[in-house]
Amino acid sequence: MTDKKLLMGNEAIALGAIEAGVQVVTGYPGTPSTEALETIIRYADRCGIYTEWSSNEKVALETAVGAAYSGAKALVTMKQVGLNVASDPLMSLSYIGVKGALVLLVADDPGPHSSQTEQDTRAFGHFANIPVLDPATPQEAYEMTKLAFELSHEFEIPVILRTTTRVSHSCGDVEVAVAEPEPVEAVGEGFVKDRRWTIFPRLTAERHPWLEGVQEQLSERFSELPFNSVSGTGKIGIIASGVSALYVKEAMESVRYSEELFTLFTVGTVYPFPEKAALSFLKEIDRLIVAEELDPYLEEQVLQLIGKAHLPVDVYGKKNGFFPVGGEYNVNLVTDGINLALSAFGESLRLSSAVPAISKEKLPPLPVRAPTLCAGCMHRTVFYAFKQAAKQLKKETQADTIFSGDIGCYTLGNAYPLNMVDTCLCMGAGVSIAGGLSRTNPQAKQVAFIGDSTFFHSGIPAVVNAVYNGADITLAVLDNRTTAMTGHQPHPGIGLTALGSASKAIEIADVVRSCGIEFIKTVNTVEADSLGSCVKAAKEAMNFKGPSVVVFKGRCAGITKSGKYYEIKPEACTGCGFCVKELGCPALNLDADKPVIQDSCSGCGLCAQICPSEAIGIGGVKL
Amino acid sequence: MKYDILIAGVGGQGVVLASRMLALAAMKSGFHVSTAETIGMSQREGSVSSHIRIGDKVSGSLIPIGQADLLLGLEPAETIRNLPFLRKGGKVLVNTHAIPPASRPPGSPEYDPAALLSFLSECYPEILCSDFTELAEDVGTYRAANVAMLGAAVGARALPFSEETLKAVLDAEIPEKYRAVNRAAFERAMKCIRFISGT
Repeated sequence: MTDKKLLMGNEAIALGAIEAGVQVVTGYPGTPSTEALETIIRYADRCGIYTEWSSNEKVALETAVGAAYSGAKALVTMKQVGLNVASDPLMSLSYIGVKGALVLLVADDPGPHSSQTEQDTRAFGHFANIPVLDPATPQEAYEMTKLAFELSHEFEIPVILRTTTRVSHSCGDVEVAVAEPEPVEAVGEGFVKDRRWTIFPRLTAERHPWLEGVQEQLSERFSELPFNSVSGTGKIGIIASGVSALYVKEAMESVRYSEELFTLFTVGTVYPFPEKAALSFLKEIDRLIVAEELDPYLEEQVLQLIGKAHLPVDVYGKKNGFFPVGGEYNVNLVTDGINLALSAFGESLRLSSAVPAISKEKLPPLPVRAPTLCAGCMHRTVFYAFKQAAKQLKKETQADTIFSGDIGCYTLGNAYPLNMVDTCLCMGAGVSIAGGLSRTNPQAKQVAFIGDSTFFHSGIPAVVNAVYNGADITLAVLDNRTTAMTGHQPHPGIGLTALGSASKAIEIADVVRSCGIEFIKTVNTVEADSLGSCVKAAKEAMNFKGPSVVVFKGRCAGITKSGKYYEIKPEACTGCGFCVKELGCPALNLDADKPVIQDSCSGCGLCAQICPSEAIGIGGVKL
Repeated sequence: MKYDILIAGVGGQGVVLASRMLALAAMKSGFHVSTAETIGMSQREGSVSSHIRIGDKVSGSLIPIGQADLLLGLEPAETIRNLPFLRKGGKVLVNTHAIPPASRPPGSPEYDPAALLSFLSECYPEILCSDFTELAEDVGTYRAANVAMLGAAVGARALPFSEETLKAVLDAEIPEKYRAVNRAAFERAMKCIRFISGT
């Protein structure tokens, strides 16, 4: 029985996967992809779906591959940079193929809002010979998920469902075929031994022509699918995919009879490019505008096709400066790009944009509100401790300290006034970058920060390398017992699986000890007087010759509160503002030049420990 | 029919929850709905906004400049930051309770809430403002300011669905433990705005 639900794009994908009969789901959290697996977790027991948070995306994909080799339908979820981590198995897998079905949800992040890169998974699919579907709405995401499983099973090839933030994190009304997810079928015969599962140069050479052949077959099939559609009869063509197609439609609504002026080709199955459908569209138009976020992927596809078919169609897109090369698109930006193109071809017509009541230029100066560590976050204590330790070492030995950060909430240690992140690149890179810096800046101390989940994701090989090659670095593990930035998922150090059942908790100190680290300290940051012991451990570790590790254990203020709050004793406070200026804690503000502690205080006690006048104390208990 | 609502605030104020309530009420009323929310890194005490697009057609989730019919501002500076989205003649409801930024990097403007509020009332003489955080605190918790503002929007007759539809959604979605206090904040804000605006 069909039903209508308000679903986030990621939730719609989860429900589509369950309807498609997914049996094994793996992934690593990453904005904006995380809620897809989280939604499956809610139904995993009831529907009989094996679901796990894996230690990283490569492991997640390989686990899903094993399941798909056994005839299972598998889904693996990650963000776009996660695909880079998983690209090694994926590139080989394209030659081997799968037996059941294997769908990768890869969420891109134009903007970017919460990512290191603005890479485009449509182009990645092209590079890897992996088909890519590109939905525009939660409804389409739901339907395309089911299509992805069908295609993967039929063509025995992994399929990428590629979303962007405005699809994955958009909520919309979605018509679902089944009101409540039903149990999925059990996996059939299981793994059957066959030489096809063992990649070998000869097998790769044999499979390469098959792989290229599948691309052609899929391009043919895609040309017939309703997810690629043509609307309008105008001589000015526009091509778009994903959410950009909706922006184009809305931009065109500003002119009357737009369907007589424009023909819009919406591409839902972006790779392999549906050449046949595109050709019949291109033959009916004189000029083509390409509106797409991120890479000029469609633009390159149509330019190639126009060349191949010798069509007299000029193309207006990113490559000739009509649309911005990067950033997230919206209706206004698409309107401007189309108008620029219209003016270039001498058309008098323009799409109109609404005039706001007040334009941006007329606004008064507004406070900058950069994202920052939460009130009571243990990372603030550790960063502050290292800042103090580095200051002391500078005084004592003139040595500077370089701080390498990593990916997670603690990247926010870069914010003013902490300023404690000098480098940040990708998951797990901080430790190895510190190693490289130590070779070229021998006079400086090297400190790398890494979170607990990131440590398990890709920090361990870097620790092994530091020991193996004797790098003089200090690794500070910020162990807040959760994957905080993506919404508090468990990880191998917690002792809980994705479904919340007990598992073996892996101790980070034990891991680094077995890697051969000789200086290991564990410091508890939960106690309200922990700053002193944090500074002491930081300094000892930095003074140690060779690789050293300090594991700072604490809690994430986002999920566990101390139960206390602090307040300022007005009679003792001199109004020096030291607490506010030093810490950048969102619970601390200057009000008429006197610090005030806000309701959001979660009682870490860091401000009380640094107040020169001892004017901050526990105010009471908070529920 | 097309009705675009923008909710602006600071991470932690419950912007996402408020947007979900409006979206559910719109869907229950038979409209298509599409929302865009700030999730991830920017949630950590940063500026956040939710776009809620309600209508007969499915559209992209981002409201174009100058097209929002209603701006619900949970915080004065964040309200002003999002003003360019408001259409001419659109409605603005503001929570006057200011949240100063966590830190002030050198060179960033000072936050003067009073000056910003007077800018708002000069631009929009019909603006409806009240300290909804204080109002929520009075009935039990400052955290219910987001739901109070939904009540205020109903009081201002600024929503394309009925008071009953929205209340039914709140009752169904808010856990029982917090239902009474949210209901109280909603009702008081609704009455407060009806009183101010004389509706």
